Amino acid sequence: MSDIQIVEAPPGVEGSGFFATRLDQAVGLARSYSLWPLPFATSCCGIEFMATMGSHYDLSRFGAERLSFSPRQADLLMVMGTIAKKMAPVLRQVYLQMAEPRWVMAVGACASSGGIFDTYSVLQGIDEIIPVDVYVPGCPPRPEAIIDGFMNIQKLVQTESGRRRDDPSYRDLLAKYGIQ
Amino acid sequence: MAKVSNEELLQQLTAKLGDVFTNEGEPFGLLTIETCRDNIIQLLTVLKNDLNFIHLTDITAVHYPEKEKQFAVVYHVHDLAGGVRIRVKVALATEDVHIPTAVNIWDGANWMERETYDYFGILFDGHPDLRRILNVDDMTAFPMRKEYPLEDPNRIDKKDYFFGR
Amino acid sequence: MQNHPVFTDNDPQNETSTLNLGPTHPATHGVFQNVLELDGERIVSGVSTIGYIHRAFEKIAEHRPFYQITPLTDRLNYCSSPINNMGWHMTVEKLLGIQLPKRVDYLRVIIMELARISDHIVCNGVLGVDTGAFTGFLYMMQWREHIYEIYEEICGSRLTTNIGRIGGFERNFNDIAFAKIKSFLTGFPPVLKEFEALFTRNRIFVDRTKDVAAVTAEDALSYSWSGPLLRAAGVDYDVRAQEPYSSYQDFDFEVPVGSNGDVYNRFLVRNEEMWQSLRMIQQAMDMIAKEDSSIFHANVPEFYLPPKEEVYNNMEALIYHFKIVMGEIDTPTTEVYHSVEGANGELGFYLVNDGGRSPYRLHFRRPSFINYQMYAPMSRGMLLSDAIINMSSLNVIAGELDA
Repeated sequence: MSDIQIVEAPPGVEGSGFFATRLDQAVGLARSYSLWPLPFATSCCGIEFMATMGSHYDLSRFGAERLSFSPRQADLLMVMGTIAKKMAPVLRQVYLQMAEPRWVMAVGACASSGGIFDTYSVLQGIDEIIPVDVYVPGCPPRPEAIIDGFMNIQKLVQTESGRRRDDPSYRDLLAKYGIQ
Repeated sequence: MAKVSNEELLQQLTAKLGDVFTNEGEPFGLLTIETCRDNIIQLLTVLKNDLNFIHLTDITAVHYPEKEKQFAVVYHVHDLAGGVRIRVKVALATEDVHIPTAVNIWDGANWMERETYDYFGILFDGHPDLRRILNVDDMTAFPMRKEYPLEDPNRIDKKDYFFGR
Repeated sequence: MQNHPVFTDNDPQNETSTLNLGPTHPATHGVFQNVLELDGERIVSGVSTIGYIHRAFEKIAEHRPFYQITPLTDRLNYCSSPINNMGWHMTVEKLLGIQLPKRVDYLRVIIMELARISDHIVCNGVLGVDTGAFTGFLYMMQWREHIYEIYEEICGSRLTTNIGRIGGFERNFNDIAFAKIKSFLTGFPPVLKEFEALFTRNRIFVDRTKDVAAVTAEDALSYSWSGPLLRAAGVDYDVRAQEPYSSYQDFDFEVPVGSNGDVYNRFLVRNEEMWQSLRMIQQAMDMIAKEDSSIFHANVPEFYLPPKEEVYNNMEALIYHFKIVMGEIDTPTTEVYHSVEGANGELGFYLVNDGGRSPYRLHFRRPSFINYQMYAPMSRGMLLSDAIINMSSLNVIAGELDA
């Protein structure tokens, strides 16, 4: 027997040849272990992301093997690094181009709140322009912290209702940012 | 080639150019000379072509609000073979921040001058493409001038109480 | 989207197409934009836009005391942040006239050469990735983790190290750090050899990179290039050899110089620099063994924070601590320019001081910024895939580009 751990099945009713569970739990399970991240790496946190994707810390164990640089095919927008005000429209455009379901992770102090750069040219946190699901603090966060943030995203994905996009609270959240 | 000393350099410069510049001293061994806007291109051309200063290290500016001529454009040039550097300064007044461009002498001056324009508003006459390089294109102020604040003045979420104000 | 000043392609009959190699792109390792005009696969002209990560370092530096600017310098070239830190410390030490003991210099050389190796690992590995070869990058990234472990042992942090203090180091290197450096010196050379075996005579790699983006020495000098790029073009300018700082004159190293400045030459120059760095680290380890092992900083109580035990017990140390932290120290009112050999070229610090605890003006001479301005003129007439390889070999680090 190998010591590779397999994901546990969600609670359900099992019989010979069938397994009945809730659809959103099955879908959440599948989604969370096959997230396709979009590494929006701007600065130093991007290098720690490279270390996270490397063989030592290996984010692809969690299912994030295939990085997508095209927002149309990505699930998770990982914003890593400082977002300057010049870059903010680009970030918003990338977020708008992502198809539902989509999640956003702000990696690092600069993406969460502007970090050490309290200046005229730096956006003080990406949550001024797009809704954020998980914040990972650190300057830069250790790869373990990025993985922890990723696991929190996975928890969110697993416990989310099947179609968040139809939820009125989600629509209100997006409306606050001016997104239809 | 032997290292050229600052005295030799000064002698060579005076021989070629006479007194278009003034010697400001040698802080930490780096000969610093000051000249005026009309002579800067001649001085830089002589440095590059006759005295072998082929490497333009940097162009930048400093803003001195208390001085009469508020802006100082600073050129650092390097003679790689002779192992000697020189710093050339030009003082400009606020009402008249024009200075001829050094792009025709060194191609590398292009972005250096754009950066200086972006930060201070120094206008380089003859520059092929003088527009902002680092800040947003529609910015009107010049942020490195001393009167411009560091932090974004339009923020509403910072509570002054926590920042000791 | 903001109005791009050069996007004027409104004519549908135009034979050239406009391609936006935008700020977010997998091949641009960093956020900078190139709007290229293409005739099929060939680039007719291009315009670069930068500033997408402009963090106003120079403005921040005017509001921070000297020792608080070190974390800022970390984030310039974040792949080799110790070099930036040491360069800044040396600038301030030059300003204040602080002489360092030899052991501190040698320790600094070890740290800076490790940083240079880690930056070249990233650059050469990523150059391989851009030609399609992912394996070399993955092998080398593992050794970057070893370098991170060495940094962690010394300063506590992996990437943005804030290593050292003005006047030396914050703590002595302990035995574990030296053991890790020794194991790096024995473990890395076979990996580097394997990496070279994968690439230097690899037919595909050589075909992709030989004679691509060749640059003459005159053009490189005219554009103020420095570092491995200038050396690949044939000019042997290395700040460590020409204006030795931090006791580099005591070291025996060679400066690799290329011939025609193409991408293959740049790759080889960076590889050879990694070998020379390993050589220098070994020499430094040998030289340190001969020095008094308790020295790790200069004796400058006005600028180097005293140890906390002394602050609580000793009146003088308390006063110095107070003066340093509150900024009651007098510094000379003059200007200084100091440059170090960064991984990308000559990293210069122009410091204009007014006697207070913050600089009056601090300007960073950033090699990536100055090297990158040649990219658009250079890519005229190139194939698009060659232009991508060219960009990778320029090793533009976005933090250093925009500062």
